[in-house]
Amino acid sequence: MTIPQTSAKIVATNTVATWTADATGGAASAKPARRLPVQKDWPTWAIVTVQIGILIGVIAFWEIGANTGFIDKFFWSHPSAIYHTLTIFFTTGDAFTDIAFTFRSTILGFLIGTFAGSALGLSFWWSKNYATIAQPYIICFESLPKLALAPLIVLVFGIGIASKIAVATALTLVVSTLTTFAGVKAVDPDGEKLFYSLGASRLQVFRKLVMPSCLPWIISVLRVNIGLALTGAIVGEFIASQHGLGRTIIYAGQTYDIALVWVAVSVLSALAIAMYVTVSWIERMLHRGVKG
Amino acid sequence: MPSTKLLIDDVSMKFATPAGVFHALDHVGLSVPRGWFVSLIGPSGCGKSTIFNIVAGLQEPSEGRILIDGVDATGTIGRVGYMLQKDLLLPWRTLTDNIILGMEIQGVKLAEARARALPLLRRYGLAGFENAYPRALSGGMRQRAALLRTLLFDTDVILLDEPFGALDAQTKLRMQEWLLQLWGDFGKTVVFVTHDVEEAIFLSDEVHVMGTRPGRIIEAIPVVLPRPRTRACTTTPDFMALKERCLHLLHSQAVSSIEDAA
Repeated sequence: MTIPQTSAKIVATNTVATWTADATGGAASAKPARRLPVQKDWPTWAIVTVQIGILIGVIAFWEIGANTGFIDKFFWSHPSAIYHTLTIFFTTGDAFTDIAFTFRSTILGFLIGTFAGSALGLSFWWSKNYATIAQPYIICFESLPKLALAPLIVLVFGIGIASKIAVATALTLVVSTLTTFAGVKAVDPDGEKLFYSLGASRLQVFRKLVMPSCLPWIISVLRVNIGLALTGAIVGEFIASQHGLGRTIIYAGQTYDIALVWVAVSVLSALAIAMYVTVSWIERMLHRGVKG
Repeated sequence: MPSTKLLIDDVSMKFATPAGVFHALDHVGLSVPRGWFVSLIGPSGCGKSTIFNIVAGLQEPSEGRILIDGVDATGTIGRVGYMLQKDLLLPWRTLTDNIILGMEIQGVKLAEARARALPLLRRYGLAGFENAYPRALSGGMRQRAALLRTLLFDTDVILLDEPFGALDAQTKLRMQEWLLQLWGDFGKTVVFVTHDVEEAIFLSDEVHVMGTRPGRIIEAIPVVLPRPRTRACTTTPDFMALKERCLHLLHSQAVSSIEDAA
């Protein structure tokens, strides 16, 4: 009983297949079959080799260009001179004092700005009136290029570390405030409804609902903030300072010591990368902690 | 008939809108006896959720009062358990810690609250998930957890606002039976909002059909089907007659509202 049925089905399928083949066959001449474009991934070793190759190529071009006079040593310096200056900077120079100074003002500005900004953002939850009144000022301060205030900040806080921390704080504070405020606004109103229906006080809603739901928002700006804090610290040092990598860059530039400019910039980027990687790691850990 | 547990005493709700005064609720009266399961069904916008918000103390009615055990509870929060359609489980808390939220807010010690919650979790189909986070759970389990949270918040009256509305049909049927089991075990007074007529009749002692514009109760239909109920009762002639009656009332509502709009 089943066998004839099956064969009948096969016949039917065959007919359909032939018919479809005919139809597509007719269209094929007009429109060639197109395959999904596939990109072939290179193995990691090949990618790394090319990356290192580019770096060596650029350095070699620079060195040879400088030696043959093709590149002006006075404006661009050259790799061997930079390496020479680097060893001096780390052996007899102020490398560690400068790094420590810049590092300290960046971290302090980062911490103060992030904490104060998050607290400010969270505080807007407590009163809609207060938040509405504060909003234009926050936005105004946000759109203002804070670095333009740096000379004023240095005048007020002096040429010591306080002014660098203040510039770094000014840059990070607003970002944290606005992001946290966005988090506050994104708190589910139904969640608040649930808490209040359970008879919660405002403080309980704040501690058990608003703060935990804003935490991912607060954490998400850490990486942005560490970069901003570093920028703030460096600009503070540009204006007036006795130590720091920013001060070294300005000093070297003004005395036409281009090799030292390159050295300070390289050390600065190494510092920036180290801090960025650390903060990214902390951010990942915190996210994991928040999500459980 | 047992004494009245929850009394919605002639409640009206008006909102001022640019187009004039909008009557969300017009003299709604509803008396729920202790330990009863009562459902509200009605078209969208008939003010079912507004009634719940008023009973839960989240909105002040324009007129009327809410009495619980004969005591005026108008505008006071924390008197009734309220479950919304969304489960609203907090993603940063484990299942156990989500369920004890109500007790925690009421100031019960954490250890004690957890000790009270754990046997219930195990008994009501969430064993093995005590320390799981909500995102690891299926929709049905999340609703169970939300319902347990509402039950563990020690109030006699609980309001359920379309708790199974977002679940698939199979899960929904299982959840209804599970809810009846829970209701039998805990002896709470339940007010249940749904769009689903069959669900309302299957679960309830009384179904209140609501009308829209203004939101009001148009008819109270007692459901005199024997308990405990099984799925089989949904195909009995009595059940069918009740369903027919409800659908007819809802349909006449729908027709009149279309005529209103035209």
